[in-house]
Amino acid sequence: MAIVVQKRDYSLTGPEGKRAEERGLAAAEWYATPIPRAKMKELMKRKDGPAIRDTLIWFATLIVLGYLAYLSWGTWWSILAFFAYGTFYASPGDSRWHECGHGTAFKTQWMNDVVYQIASFMVLRSATPWRWSHARHHTDTIIVGRDPEILTERPPIWKIIVMQIFHLYGGPIEIKRFFLHTVGRMEVQEKEYIPPTEHHKVFREARVYLLIFAAVIAACIYTGSILPAMFIVLPSFYGNLIVLLFGMTQHLGLYEDVLDHRLNSRTVYMNRVFRFLYWNMNYHVEHHMFPMVPYHALPKLHQEMKSDCPEARPGLWAALKEVIGALRKQKENPAYVVVKPLPPTAQPYMHDFDKQTEQRSQMPL
Amino acid sequence: MSGEWIEVCAVDEIEEEDVIRFDHGERTFAVYRTDKGHFYASDGYCTHEKFHLSNGLVMGNVIECPKHNGRFDIPTGAAKRAPVCVDLRTYPVKVESDSVFIKID
Ligand code: FES
Repeated sequence: MAIVVQKRDYSLTGPEGKRAEERGLAAAEWYATPIPRAKMKELMKRKDGPAIRDTLIWFATLIVLGYLAYLSWGTWWSILAFFAYGTFYASPGDSRWHECGHGTAFKTQWMNDVVYQIASFMVLRSATPWRWSHARHHTDTIIVGRDPEILTERPPIWKIIVMQIFHLYGGPIEIKRFFLHTVGRMEVQEKEYIPPTEHHKVFREARVYLLIFAAVIAACIYTGSILPAMFIVLPSFYGNLIVLLFGMTQHLGLYEDVLDHRLNSRTVYMNRVFRFLYWNMNYHVEHHMFPMVPYHALPKLHQEMKSDCPEARPGLWAALKEVIGALRKQKENPAYVVVKPLPPTAQPYMHDFDKQTEQRSQMPL
Repeated sequence: MSGEWIEVCAVDEIEEEDVIRFDHGERTFAVYRTDKGHFYASDGYCTHEKFHLSNGLVMGNVIECPKHNGRFDIPTGAAKRAPVCVDLRTYPVKVESDSVFIKID
C-alpha cells in the first residue's frame, strides 16, 4: 500500500504551533532523569579555568592556522590550509556561541558575554535573536510549530542539508535578517520569540555587524584581493562542514512532539579533537535534559545518566549513518523514527507513541 | 506588607548556597540560603516560563533558572540575565528558634 506523505507546517506562525499548545506540548514539563540534588549541585558548579584554557588554545590555533593559510595563498596548499582555518573558525565559533549563550562556559559572566558576542559574529548569528531562538529550542525541543531550530522538516529537504555544507542556506537568511535589523525591522517569525523589550539590542547589534562587514569589504577593495574576507566572514561559509555534521547528529531521524529528550536527542561518543571543537555537545541528551551543567562536566553527567538512557552512538560516522538512513526512510515515510531500546535500569520513555501517531494520522493537514 | 508568617522548615534543612521548594496552599515559593548564611524567599516559578527555581543553582546572591539559565538577584528579585526580563517577587524571611519563616500576604 502506498504511503501518503503528509506535510506539516514547520513555521512558528502556522497552525502547528496552536495545535502543539492544544496538545499540551508547548512549554510543557519534560522528563528528567532522577539525580540526587547533591550530585547535581556538584555537576552544575561553574569554573573559569577550562573555558579560559580552551579559548586561549582556540585563538592560538586560529593565529597559527591563519598564518599558514596566509603563507599558502596563491598555491594549491591554500585549499587545505583554509579548510583547516575555516574549520577552527566556524566549528568552535558555533559551540562557543552555544555554551556562552547558556552562560555556563565561564563562571565569570562578562567572559561568557564577550565570547558570546565574538562567536555570534563569527558564525553569523545575530546575538540577541539567537539567544531567544535557542531558549525556545530548549523549551520546545523539536516540537513542530514551536521550535525555530529544527534543521530540516519531514520528509527531509536534502537541498537544505547540501547547501549547508557551505552555509548557503542559513547564511543568506541571516544576512538578510541583519539588513532588516539595521533598519529597525524584523521578521514576523522572530517576533514570535523575541520580546519587544529586546528589540533595540537586536537593531544595535546588527548595525555593529554591518560596520564590520563594511570594514572587511573596504579592506578587500583596498588590497585588491579577497584575502581579508577569507579570514573574517567567509570562513563561516567555507568552514561550515563540521558544524553541519555535528549539528546533524543532534536531533535528526528521532522523534518530534515528545516530552522526553531521550527520544528526540542523540548522544554520540567523539574523539578529543572533536570534543574540543564541539565543547562536549556530543552529550546532547544530557545537555538538553540539564542545560545548567557546563560543557566540561558533561562527560561526568553522562556517566550519571547512562543507566537511564539509550546507548550512545559509538562515533560521529556511526551517528551520521543512522541519521542519513533515517532521513532516507523519512523521504518515503515521514513518520519513520529511529527507536532505541532502553537499558533495564532505565525509567520508561515518557511518550505516548500510539496515541500521538494515531492523532497525527487523523489530523487534517 | 501585611500578611502572616508561615513556618517553612528547620534552618538546617536548607544547605548553604542552596534553594528549596516550599508549597503553601495553591502557591509555591523558592526559599534560599546563601553562602553567607542569609535566608531569602521568592515566588517559586521563574518569570520567563513556568519552571521552578528550586532546581536551579545558587551562586552567591544569584539564582540561575534551570531551564534557560536566566538569572535573578536573590535579595531583590531583580532580573539579571536574559531570557529573564521581569523581576521576581520576593518575600520577607525571618529565622526564629532554628526555623525559617516567610511572610505571605
Ligand atoms: S524559565 Fe527561567 S529562564 Fe526560562
